Amino acid sequence: MKPQKAAKAGGERAGKATILEASRVGKRFGDLVALREVSLSVGAGELRAIIGPNGAGKTTFFNLLSGLFVPTTGRVLFEGRDITRTPAHRRVRLGIARTFQITEIFPELSVYDHLRIGAETANGYGERPWITGAERAIVQRQVEEALARVGLTAKAARLVGELAHGDQRVVEIATALTLRPRLLLLDEPTAGLGDQETAAVVKLVGELHEDDDLTIILIEHDMQVVFNLADRISVLDQGALLAEGAPAEIAANPAVQEAYLGKTA
Amino acid sequence: MSGKARNLALLAAIWATLVLAPFWMPLVGGYTALGARVLVLALAAMSVNFLLGFTGVLSFGHAAYFGLGAYGAGFALKFLAKSTPLSLVCGMLLGGLAGALLGSLIVRRRGVYFAMVTIAFGQVLYYVAFQWSSLTGGDDGLRGFSRQPLDFGFASIDILSNETAFYFFVLACFALAVAVMGYILQSPFGRTMIAIRENERRARFLGIAIERHIWIAFSLSCFFMGFAGALYALVNNFADPRGLHYSQSGDFVIMAVMGGMRNFWGPLLGAAVFVALQDYLSSLTVNWMSFVGLLFVLVVLFFPRGLLGFARPKASA
Repeated sequence: MKPQKAAKAGGERAGKATILEASRVGKRFGDLVALREVSLSVGAGELRAIIGPNGAGKTTFFNLLSGLFVPTTGRVLFEGRDITRTPAHRRVRLGIARTFQITEIFPELSVYDHLRIGAETANGYGERPWITGAERAIVQRQVEEALARVGLTAKAARLVGELAHGDQRVVEIATALTLRPRLLLLDEPTAGLGDQETAAVVKLVGELHEDDDLTIILIEHDMQVVFNLADRISVLDQGALLAEGAPAEIAANPAVQEAYLGKTA
Repeated sequence: MSGKARNLALLAAIWATLVLAPFWMPLVGGYTALGARVLVLALAAMSVNFLLGFTGVLSFGHAAYFGLGAYGAGFALKFLAKSTPLSLVCGMLLGGLAGALLGSLIVRRRGVYFAMVTIAFGQVLYYVAFQWSSLTGGDDGLRGFSRQPLDFGFASIDILSNETAFYFFVLACFALAVAVMGYILQSPFGRTMIAIRENERRARFLGIAIERHIWIAFSLSCFFMGFAGALYALVNNFADPRGLHYSQSGDFVIMAVMGGMRNFWGPLLGAAVFVALQDYLSSLTVNWMSFVGLLFVLVVLFFPRGLLGFARPKASA
């Protein structure tokens, strides 16, 4: 089982279908150009990291992919379908889930209820005032699976707002998993975490990619995390795509070293 | 588990108090009609709180749908048929449909802007009721109707002159409405309301159509409001433009916040305290409202979660 998966992960870079394609997307806020004509395509099953200095436009790019903003120019295709102007909640139904750089949670709910809302919405139950016993059982199974997947089963009854920051980030990811996404956008999932917590989140993201074959786009500042996890890396600088390639290529790219790595290393 | 037991005990205490009210109220200087008033205003405050406490949306013009409910019931009794159940349905529909219509125009507003627009719509409806004297009786209110006996075919119950029977009728209506409200809140839809209250952005990125859900919650709350207003018309055999006024909306918000808006039963306690104080203090001073206001300030300062706020959800693990 394992070697097969690994072989698949190795081969997909060359040939697998494109799941997401951004073509020349740009965003301006008044006079400020946050993102200029970025084109990027991500293959199914790929783990893509997006790096770049602060203000490079990484989160803006995520907001365009997930539907928080509509781009000023360009198009976004998901599984071949134009979603440039699709409202955010409908993109979720199409299979795009995201987390946020600053934790966005339901603080007064239990971990279980937090995930339950995700599962119920994904199943299409969220708009109605009833739920059958069979549906309740389905939701329960999905929530328990997601909890077990991320190792939060023991904390299911805790209030999310009372958890440690690291656990809250994992709750966010677990809730995204209940949506059964085909593309997961993670905006700095290790931001503000200690070493141990970071290691746990990195391990989880790696497993989701390797074992579940989930396509992930990851914004990350921690270079060690990026080079460990990513199949490919895209570098944004001042709102434009500076470079793209396998981790080794990016590390060796002089322009990247100049713009980004040089400053930190 | 202990939380569940405590909830059951609270429920039992609430219903025992309500069912036995005609027997204990006279002992503390109350009277049965006051009990009916508490129930109706509590239902209205709970409807406001359905939106405020469980969707996180503050409407400051909800009395409009309460007042419309009262007129709807009055019109039905006066012009349609002498039937108490029909009047309740008509009042609920008038309040609810007006709310659904106006709600569709304002669900994109948030926070203060939402509250301001709800006040504006409420005041528009207030002035319509106030000015359209030929239909509504204007400042004098709508008179010339009274609640009718409940006719079951084989038996009929006089709820007009028998105060106790009427109290139990109002209690049954209250129980029905509250049961529906509770059922909705415990459903998948109810959980999406709470998700919106907790974090709108997170909710949107779980795939919840925020505006649509807020609109549905707003409309449902207006149907409950219309139902409460219709009951109020039956309590008084009278409908009044002041029932639509924004100061009435403010009273409902005060009841909800004072009782505890994160608790389902908070507004019931808030309404009971409000009505009891109003009844008692207004016999002593015309400035009774300043004492209610003082209490409100104290509650907000020292019990920010309201009088029933101690019953907050606790982690059990």
